[in-house]
Amino acid sequence: MTTVSMTVNGKKVSADVAPNTLLVQFIRENLRLTGTHVGCDTSQCGACTVHVNGDSVKSCTMLALQAEGAEVKTIEGLAANGELHPMQAAFKENHGLQCGFCTPGMIMSAVDLVKRNPNPSEETIRTELEGNICRCTGYHNIVKSVKSAAENMGG
Amino acid sequence: MSVENGIGAPVRRKEDQRFITGNGHYLDDMNKVGQAYGYFLRSPHAFAKIKGIDLNAAKAAPGVVDIFTGQDMVADGIGGLICGWGITSKDGTPHKAPPHNSLAVDAVRHVGDQVAFVVAETLQQAKDAAELIEVDYEPLTPVTNIAKALAPGAPQIHEEAPGNLCFDWELGDKAATDTAFAKAAHVTKLDLVNNRLSPNPMEPRAALGDYDAGTGELTLYTTSQNPHVARLIMSAFLAIAPENKLRVVAPDVGGGFGSKIFVYAEETTTIWAAKKVNRPVKWTSDRSEAFLTDAHGRDHVTHAELATDADGKILGFKVSTKANMGAYLSTFASAVPTYLYGTLLSGQYKIPSIYCEVQAGFTNTTAVDAYRGAGRPEATYVVERIMDTAARDLNMDPTEFRLKNFIPSDAYPYETPVIMTYDAGDYATAMNMAKDMIDYSGFTARKAKSEANGKLRGIGSAAYIEACGIAPSAAVGSLGAGVGLWESAEVRFNPTGSVTVFTGSHSHGQGHETTFAQIISDKLGVDINSVEVVHGDTDKVPFGMGTYGSRSLAVGGSAIVKAVDKIVEKSKKIAAHLMEASVEDIEHEHGVFSVAGTDKKLTMGEIAFAAYVPHNYPADLEPGMAENAFYDPLNFTFPAGTHIAEVEIDPATGVVEIVDWAAADDFGNIINPMIVEGQVHGGVAQGIGQALLEGVQYDEESGQLLTGSYMDYCMPRADNLPSFRIATTNTPCPSNPLGVKGCGEAGAIAAPAALMNAIVNAIGRDIDMPATPEKVWRAINTH
Ligand code: FES
Ligand code: FES
Repeated sequence: MTTVSMTVNGKKVSADVAPNTLLVQFIRENLRLTGTHVGCDTSQCGACTVHVNGDSVKSCTMLALQAEGAEVKTIEGLAANGELHPMQAAFKENHGLQCGFCTPGMIMSAVDLVKRNPNPSEETIRTELEGNICRCTGYHNIVKSVKSAAENMGG
Repeated sequence: MSVENGIGAPVRRKEDQRFITGNGHYLDDMNKVGQAYGYFLRSPHAFAKIKGIDLNAAKAAPGVVDIFTGQDMVADGIGGLICGWGITSKDGTPHKAPPHNSLAVDAVRHVGDQVAFVVAETLQQAKDAAELIEVDYEPLTPVTNIAKALAPGAPQIHEEAPGNLCFDWELGDKAATDTAFAKAAHVTKLDLVNNRLSPNPMEPRAALGDYDAGTGELTLYTTSQNPHVARLIMSAFLAIAPENKLRVVAPDVGGGFGSKIFVYAEETTTIWAAKKVNRPVKWTSDRSEAFLTDAHGRDHVTHAELATDADGKILGFKVSTKANMGAYLSTFASAVPTYLYGTLLSGQYKIPSIYCEVQAGFTNTTAVDAYRGAGRPEATYVVERIMDTAARDLNMDPTEFRLKNFIPSDAYPYETPVIMTYDAGDYATAMNMAKDMIDYSGFTARKAKSEANGKLRGIGSAAYIEACGIAPSAAVGSLGAGVGLWESAEVRFNPTGSVTVFTGSHSHGQGHETTFAQIISDKLGVDINSVEVVHGDTDKVPFGMGTYGSRSLAVGGSAIVKAVDKIVEKSKKIAAHLMEASVEDIEHEHGVFSVAGTDKKLTMGEIAFAAYVPHNYPADLEPGMAENAFYDPLNFTFPAGTHIAEVEIDPATGVVEIVDWAAADDFGNIINPMIVEGQVHGGVAQGIGQALLEGVQYDEESGQLLTGSYMDYCMPRADNLPSFRIATTNTPCPSNPLGVKGCGEAGAIAAPAALMNAIVNAIGRDIDMPATPEKVWRAINTH
């Protein structure tokens, strides 16, 4: 067991973990933040996407220990002061989710995408979201959601 | 008067708030105090005898609570998994149903078959212990391909099924069809493979079993589309616990597409083991296990022939299919290539005679069962591919050939030669709408332009029909179903006027919490935010049949309407009493009860309050305001429509680009158009996945699954798909009170045929799905 400490959604957290603990396990099992999901075992579905120091990361590809001292944000930390993040609001407004399982990861990826591409084209959105699998929506309304969020975020 | 957020409004979904904030409750998010973890040791062989299992070293490993094998379950009186639909072969014999134990007893029959269940303090300890189990296997030669499995001399998988044949079934009139063919001016022949798919809901299956030693009650939390059916099967057939001592809860479920209908070995073993170790036990599938064990879909090999007269009118249709059932029969497997397939082979067409025969067989592969569309995509694929091929043979435009043969819109009810009675439809309107949407007549010019750029361009349509709203119990009972397929609902007013709706349907992405609330809002004038929809818990909701086959609105929604009708009826009596009028004079509209010809009125909320505080109340009426209803549909519903795909193909790479997609669907009346569109998008995406990308592959020699992860099984991603153009037509369904038909599967049914027709149109020769760049390139470049 090794002690790991980081800031998650603005709160300092610290726990003793086995060295092979993945960041996603730490988030789900130690912190009980279950909005971050696990959809595969080969780092390909993106259901586990969170932000580490402001960038989107698949939290199943990273050890908890590698996030030592980092600022981590999960879907639970995205809304501020009870207000949905524009990306969350856009997913709801544009029916960008059905079963909701891919959604937290999709939203976290999309926030990062818009940060890097303030005014993304449909093609950019589709290429950028290539690492997040959704089986329900056919992506049509996810693309629409991201586009509308980008506009609302002042892109 | 219309109601805000009522029927027909694109209401934003109530359930979204929890999902977009990370507050959903999926199964793996749940944990119980004292919980242990389960892990399955699985067969590395496709086919082998088990000569012995040595658990000694594993049982001594750190953290192990207990380890179970198939013998333990048998010794405890636990029955095998069942297939709930009986099929009768041509010769009158019932289908072969070999035993299917949750944990293998003497043999394993596909890679991933369950051999032992390890329960330990942590998942890691369970996995480590599983490595110490020694299984003495005697490997046997496997067979994975259905044609080979049914050929003489194939390895024999189950003693009970000689020649690996499960059933040899037929539908339609063979003699009449032969006669029609004898008169034909032209016969079109086509061989097709419907590729095997892995459903891949993004949430893997999981189970959490909990035993209460005090009451003897068992609770199974599980990723199910139909918790009551799971409870019934586990109780009646597996004898895990009596129904009244068994509770099944399906919390938020992250997609199903059919794969979470079935009662699987893992869930049954987990709940049984929880009682054995007297502790909560949790099992969560990882994606690799999901590929190995979630029931697959499709896997048909078909030969079809279509007879036409000199005028291009269809005379007869013959279909012969081999269907791969996998190693064991899954819960509804036998219904898929028979009554969900053969019965739809008339498509949208007037076909005087049809004959269909299906041989289903066992192979050393994962079980095959219903996957989005279930049988109907297979039927549509056969019908719509041969329609295009025949049009080509006849030198006709494929859409003209279809229009010429459509069942005319004044022919309803229309009885097909394959035992369906279509109730309503207008196929030409939908097809013409789709043609307009995609500018069908401008295709030639677009093709010329593509050609000028060195590209091939193709256009293809599919005019699909499906039978949804499954199903009238008497009809399915006569065809072999072991259950009735009605649905239940309870509408319960609270004294303050808010409403809780209990439904036997189950939402795993379909948005029932919103759609069903819209119905209540519309009919009873209750604010949509004051309506709560409860589903997925056998202790809370009345026995329900669950969600699959696009049945929730047509059957589950109709049950809600029936309960609402009872609420209205009772409310009228209360209103009459309170307003001192006769019941006959009470009029009701959207939750307002008024006395005809006066301005006296009461709202639903006031009446509900009076029902719970009955100080001034009709003497002959029970207090309270809660009604339940069971609805058994009178007929299937028949959504239909046309999808048209346009593709551009680079002959140098074989890459298919979908440049346009137009869908015109007739879903009857629509409660929430936003949700309906979303269902079509998702269905089309899965159909495109089947046509272009997806395909489960086994190594034929070893029987190993080659496509066992997202590295090898190609899922549609955002950059593989286009945006879609979607529109609807409406011929209301005459057999249910909402006039609705069901929209969940349409896209997956229409898309593969439309897209493959477009590709074949572009490259000028037949190829099978998935049309990967390599396959397309080879088809273009080998002559
Ligand atoms: S769980 Fe991390 S990418 Fe799938
Ligand atoms: S909404 Fe279900 S996987 Fe995306």
